[in-house]
Order: sequence, then structure tokens, then C-alpha cells
Amino acid sequence: MNISPVKVFFASFLVQNILLMRYIGLCPFFGVSTRISTSFGMGLAVIFVMLLATLITYPIYHFFLIPLNLQFLRTASFILVIASLVQFVEMFLKKSYRQLYNALGIYLPLITTNCAILGTTFLVIDYRFHLLNTIIFALGTGLGFMLVIILFAAIREKLDYAPISHSFKGYPIAFIAASLVSLAFLGFANLFGASL
Amino acid sequence: MRFKYFWNGIILENPVLILMIGLCPTLATSISARDALGMGIAASFVLVFSNIFVSAIRKIVPENIRIPVFIIIISTFVTIVDYVLQAYEPDMYKVLGVFVPLIVVNCIILGRAEAFAYRHGIFDSFLDGLGKSVGFTLVIFIMGMVREILAQGTFFGIKIMPDIYINNSILFMLFPPGGFLLIGILKAIVNKLFLSK
Repeated sequence: MNISPVKVFFASFLVQNILLMRYIGLCPFFGVSTRISTSFGMGLAVIFVMLLATLITYPIYHFFLIPLNLQFLRTASFILVIASLVQFVEMFLKKSYRQLYNALGIYLPLITTNCAILGTTFLVIDYRFHLLNTIIFALGTGLGFMLVIILFAAIREKLDYAPISHSFKGYPIAFIAASLVSLAFLGFANLFGASL
Repeated sequence: MRFKYFWNGIILENPVLILMIGLCPTLATSISARDALGMGIAASFVLVFSNIFVSAIRKIVPENIRIPVFIIIISTFVTIVDYVLQAYEPDMYKVLGVFVPLIVVNCIILGRAEAFAYRHGIFDSFLDGLGKSVGFTLVIFIMGMVREILAQGTFFGIKIMPDIYINNSILFMLFPPGGFLLIGILKAIVNKLFLSK
């Protein structure tokens, strides 16, 4: 699909935000987004792994699975590649970049089975992007994830002090807050004509 | 006695409303009763069969490499579901889209393989998988039903509301915010009924 990288960026970042519009990656979203500092770390780790994962799975699919007619192995091969990639990155950071490891380390295992990563690698193939758009899409999606998780952590820090009826405490009020934020994101529809 | 593994999954350990896992497909594919039921059945098939297989080979799989083995087993069944849906229900496959291959990272399935099937016999694992499947399908079906009736005035595509409602229906429920709102209310109801102390 030939579509301008600017449109791809805004579509993945805001218009079709991965968390609020596509509903991918919600488990860590509701689990982690209770404090701004942890959300920031999680967001950075997701951007990092998302870029790496799409950069690795894209050539695997186009230069290995398609020529050998093995497209049905997509699900199995991608999940194994991503799981081992995350493990490898974790060991590499631990040895060589201690500071970065201290910042991102605890979030990396959580990301292995995060559907946001795997979902993005599937989406770039379903949309038939070329390599530049693939990178832009992964970057935009990661930034969108980080923006929303930080916005949402700020809301949840305030919610802790709000008087909320007993049965709505915790998850229910978080869902309703997510509904309102998602309603605001509906307002981005057709921004710069970006839609995939 | 052993049937408690089955009943637990439906209410007391309901994967979506009590354990809060598997949220993505529950919200994303519950836009109509038919699509929600399709997703529920697809995920149930994978869950039941992966539980049976993990339990069957649990004695020959070394502890250290169990997670990759589980993932291979799960992704095999996901690929089967993926291709069967593409061949026989292409319209539904278009709606479910990327969520069919994403069943492989659905936390319910890997979670049950790790927490239950790796430590229990085949029949118990089958009951556990079936119970969790029914619990998951029930929640996603209720969500799909409510959203379809409120947003389109239909149920499985059959008109059940008067024309005056359909012309002024709550289209909001069809969009992502409606899904979040509905699951928030469902969770609050479950908290009120089953978790109030």
C-alpha cells in the first residue's frame, strides 16, 4: 500500500491509537498505569521493543516465509522470535548498558507476551507497508501507547483521592475514565486525512 | 466433586470480570452478538485443546523450556482457527481481523496452561479449560448483545426494536468508548453482587 509516511504516523499515533481505538495491549495498560513514573518506563520499553520487533519480523516475513510459501507459520514464528529477542535484549542491556537496564529492565519481561508488540508486527504485514512506513508505523504506535498510558496514569493518580462508591473503586472507574479519554480521541478522526 | 473446576471458571474465577485478563478481544470484537460469539468460540477451541495437550505432555516436558513448548502448542491451534475462519466465515474474519492471530498472546490461555494444565490430569484440565471458555464466551456474548441492541436495535441481525428507536439509536455504543463504558458497568455490577464484603 502506497500511503504517505506523514499520514501513517498520525494514523498510528492519534487517529487509530493502539490502546483507545484498536483495543490492543489493554492488560498491561490497566495493570501498570497507576503511577506516572512506571508508565513512563513502560512506554519507553514498549517503543524500544516495538521498533526492534518490527525491524526483525518484517524481513523474516518478506524474505523467508513468503519465498518458501510458509505464511501459515507467521503466528508461531513471530511470537518465538519476539520472545527470544526480548530475552536477548534483556541480557545484552544487563551486561553492557547498566543504566538503561535499571530504567527499562523490570518492564521487559512484561512486554514479551504484550499483544501490542505482536499486534503491530501483524498489522504492518496486513496493511502491506513498505519498510519506511513500517518503521514510521511502529514508532507512531509506540509513541501513541506512551502518550495514552502517561495521560491515563495522571488521571488515575487523581482518582485515588476522589470519593467513589464502593463497587466502582479500582477497575470499574478506570474503565469509565478510559471511555471518556477514548471519546476525546474520537475527535481526532480524519486529522490530516489520516486513516488506514 | 471434580466439576468444581468447571463451575469455578464461570463466575468465581471468571477470566474477564474477576481475573481481569483477556480484555483486548472482549472489548474489540464485541460489536455484535454474532461476532462476539464467533470470537468466544474461536478462543474456547484454542483454550480447551491447548489445555488437553499441555496436560498430556506435561511429564515429558522439562521445566526450563516449558513456556516455549506451551507457545508452540497454542500457536498451532491458533493457526488452525485462523485458517478455518478465513475459509468458512470470511465476513466474520474481516471483522475479527488481527484479533484471531492475537489469541496466541491471550493471557487466559497461557495462564491456564502454566497455572493449571501443567500440574493436573487430562480430564481435570479439560474441565478447567471448558469452564474458563464458557466464562469468557458468556461475558463477550453479553457485551456483544447489549452493544448490538443499543447501537443497531438488532439481535443476530434480526430487528427487535421499533423503527423509532433504530432511527435514534445510541450509536456511541458501537465505538470504542461504548465498549469501555459497558465493561466498567459490568465490572461494577459483579463487584456489587459477588465481591461485596
